[in-house]
Amino acid sequence: MRKRARLLLIQLAIAVAVLLIWYVGSSVPIGGAYFLPKFFFSTPGDVLARIIKMFSNASIWRHIYITLTETALAFFIGSGLGIVIGFWFARRPTVAAVLDPYVKAANALPRVVLAPIFMLWFGLGIWSKVALGVTLVFFIVFFNVYQGVKEVSPAVLANARMLGMSDRQLMRHVYWPAALSWMFSSLHTAVGFALVGAVVGEYLGSAAGIGYLIQEAEGVFDVAGVFAGMIVLAVVVLVIDWLVTLIENRLLAWRPRAAERF
Amino acid sequence: MSPGASTALPDRAEAAVELRGVEVAFRLADGTDYRAVRHIDLKIAPGEFVAIVGPTGCGKSTLLNAVAGLVGVRGMVGIFGTPLAGLNRRAGYLFQQDALMPWKTALANVAVALEPAGVPAAKAREQARSWLQRVGLGTFLDRYPHQLSGGQRKRVALAQTLIRDPEILLMDEPFGPLDAQTRALMGDLLLSLWSTDRKAVLFVTHDLDEAISLADRVVVMSAGPAARIIAAHRIDLPRPRVSADIRLEPRFHALQRAIWADLRDEVLRAYASGTSGAAA
Repeated sequence: MRKRARLLLIQLAIAVAVLLIWYVGSSVPIGGAYFLPKFFFSTPGDVLARIIKMFSNASIWRHIYITLTETALAFFIGSGLGIVIGFWFARRPTVAAVLDPYVKAANALPRVVLAPIFMLWFGLGIWSKVALGVTLVFFIVFFNVYQGVKEVSPAVLANARMLGMSDRQLMRHVYWPAALSWMFSSLHTAVGFALVGAVVGEYLGSAAGIGYLIQEAEGVFDVAGVFAGMIVLAVVVLVIDWLVTLIENRLLAWRPRAAERF
Repeated sequence: MSPGASTALPDRAEAAVELRGVEVAFRLADGTDYRAVRHIDLKIAPGEFVAIVGPTGCGKSTLLNAVAGLVGVRGMVGIFGTPLAGLNRRAGYLFQQDALMPWKTALANVAVALEPAGVPAAKAREQARSWLQRVGLGTFLDRYPHQLSGGQRKRVALAQTLIRDPEILLMDEPFGPLDAQTRALMGDLLLSLWSTDRKAVLFVTHDLDEAISLADRVVVMSAGPAARIIAAHRIDLPRPRVSADIRLEPRFHALQRAIWADLRDEVLRAYASGTSGAAA
């Protein structure tokens, strides 16, 4: 407990130091010049005032809600496709061998270039952002499930077969948990990428969402607005990450590392 | 010889396992065939405990996999008089490696073994609980495999195999990774469980002492490739046996000397071919 208090203290000290440097640089002239000019860096006070203003008229909640909706949809659709196709590839080596170059090519493509296409196809609403997120989440989940199913321990598999399990029972008791454990180990990355897809999509063209707020502020050189949007986004990310950690600890209780944390 | 084992061995009784002219070959990556074992003739009576010893890499495990139906063979594998096709449904297999499902608790690992037989889940859990008590893990039901020691994991695996009540028990150096004392204790546990309803056991090991203290018969295999059976020794030590005590008896040492005389040359040959192979 004392160790944790110390850790928290150091973490707070870093925040205070950064804020202090920011404040001094932008508000106190040193040798007649500002070290961090207001126009480019705004000030901590202005950004705080902007955040308070954002939350005072409740419209911010709508933007957060839309970004989170896009993130959730991208995560679930991308994971679903990744699981199904990952299983299919792992159980059908011929399919995997035939499609291998296409998968590699698709994965190597920077997803941002797809954003304009998705906007043409799905419009400026949430679905073009969801599509962008799906292309990011899919590959993470797909590769993990594929690996998980392919690398099931041969001893565990042979043992389950000797216990008399049918194909369906093998799926349920061996392949599925093995694949899920790999998928959950990449949960943080997958959720993070779902959010990246949503925000980048909003940034490139939309009428709502945190990415839209940031883009709008940037368009009029409203640096305080950009920083305020970034801080709101950072807090949202921290909350999501904390939730994912909770879920992960529950689902992966059988794993050595998750259990040793207690 | 123990009375139970000797009366269970009349010639007209159907053998639990019968191997006739069995040969197992693998296709290697370079396209050539590797003959692991050849001309194996072996009969195991119902209720008989047979241990197979031989130098490392002699194909002992391959032979076990052949009886389990995990590898294809040339020749005949008969299970209670019926030729084996596909997986051996009447056998339970205790593997050398950890083969428990790591995502299931000890209880779930044992209970799931009854699912293929269609036992209702609640009843399966109840039976699993009593089996885990029998192997001395009554207070470890909710532990995951990684929270158990190597010996405890083997006990769970033993319960998982025995709960299905297989007629034949195949064991591939099951206690190999354990320390010597745990191994002796596991051997005693195995014998006490086995003595309540004797199943035919085929037990592979490289440890001669373990083979003698457990088995009714010890079969010696030659060095691979193309390994074959070169000798069989009946172990006439009285049962019930306690491994720590039985290893001190003069008869134990006499058997040990006799079997080692057969085994020694093969071990040396396996060693020599291993080193010359590396030099070639």
